Amino acid sequence: MQVRYSLALAALFGAPAFAAGLTVNVEVPRLNVAEYHRPYVAAWIERPDQSVAGTLAVWYDVRNKGNAEGEGTKWLKDLRQWWRRTGRELQMPVDGVSSATRPAGKHQIAVSEGSVALPKLAPGAYKLYVEAAREVGGREIVSLPFQWPPAKAEQSQVAGSSELGEVSLELKP
Amino acid sequence: MKLSLRTLALGIALCAGTAAVQAHNAWLMPSSTVLSKADWITVDAAVSNDLFFFNHNPLNLDSLAVTAPDGSAVKPENMFKGKLRAGFDLNLTQPGTYRLALINEGVFARWKDKATGQTKRARGTPENIASQIPADATEVEVTQSAGRNETFVTVGKPSALRASGKGLELVTSNPTDLVKGEKTSFTLQLDGQPAKELEVTVTLGNTRYRDKLDELKVKTDAKGQFSVTWPEAGMYWLDASTTDKKTSLPQAKERRLSYAATLEVMP
Repeated sequence: MQVRYSLALAALFGAPAFAAGLTVNVEVPRLNVAEYHRPYVAAWIERPDQSVAGTLAVWYDVRNKGNAEGEGTKWLKDLRQWWRRTGRELQMPVDGVSSATRPAGKHQIAVSEGSVALPKLAPGAYKLYVEAAREVGGREIVSLPFQWPPAKAEQSQVAGSSELGEVSLELKP
Repeated sequence: MKLSLRTLALGIALCAGTAAVQAHNAWLMPSSTVLSKADWITVDAAVSNDLFFFNHNPLNLDSLAVTAPDGSAVKPENMFKGKLRAGFDLNLTQPGTYRLALINEGVFARWKDKATGQTKRARGTPENIASQIPADATEVEVTQSAGRNETFVTVGKPSALRASGKGLELVTSNPTDLVKGEKTSFTLQLDGQPAKELEVTVTLGNTRYRDKLDELKVKTDAKGQFSVTWPEAGMYWLDASTTDKKTSLPQAKERRLSYAATLEVMP
């Protein structure tokens, strides 16, 4: 309801559409290991039937010395669940979705509904997944369920135990 | 019981040389089954009792056929035959699912030599087997065999596989999309028709490190279908065999059919 009013108002005044959206905060943990490489990370949204509503972000080695898709495409399969659910269907790189790997620390992925990363979501139950895989390291996946559209601003969080730190989801109606 | 059967099968295979493919525990082991970009893979091929350790004999690769997603043949490179394993490299350039198969068709003959009374054996093809058996041989027994031993590798998005419609073969939507805890449905076909009520054995590799084989035994139903819920991640060896009377050679009374596949299950 709120969304509709906003859109109607935006249309009336010719202002940029104020779309609903969500923000994912991902913490890449600082690890005390002899050989460290930044993890590959994927964040995506699944419907209850495990079909994918959209990939919010993929962080991988996008340098392209002679490989238009990026040097790191070889290892994208290590984001196993993402690869199987949607990654293998995509042509990398994806504008507005894929980008370089991130250092240890807290990172934000903010997307608004209707963008490349987050197409319009039908009302219903969804799950946010964040998966990380690290060269000579491990793999971890966490998920956060949510309802769309959100009635009000909401926040939920989950903590990874090895390859991911805190992961939180903020919903903006 | 299982062990003795395997030993027996291996014994037959060793006598038969190229027919090693039909033995139990003849396997292909690809370095990867899921790739996210066009890349090289390497494949080991061996005959052994332990899955998947090369500690006995190399596998004969004469009948190797690698089929690309578009149906074209891929040429294996750096093919070699060592003392304990054979191997080859493949340059997988197309997206889709590749089939790596050893397809063996052979004929065995056994007879009593008239002069000495000793049992003699020969192997060959339907065309040349008759010429190997002496005219005065007695108690001639001729058996045909058709074996398929294969594995699958996918680059990027999986593509559909075409069944050959010959011999025993496994039909499934995607043999490189197997995950621990998930159920996968398969159909076993015999000359393109459902292979009904046939026992299929599924064994997880690394048998050296456990006391029991713990193989899963499943029976195909009336439609040739069966399903497997993968208990653990790892490389699995699936095999089935049967016999029938559909020989192409008039002298042959029996046709022995076998199928084996190496499948990878992800965690």
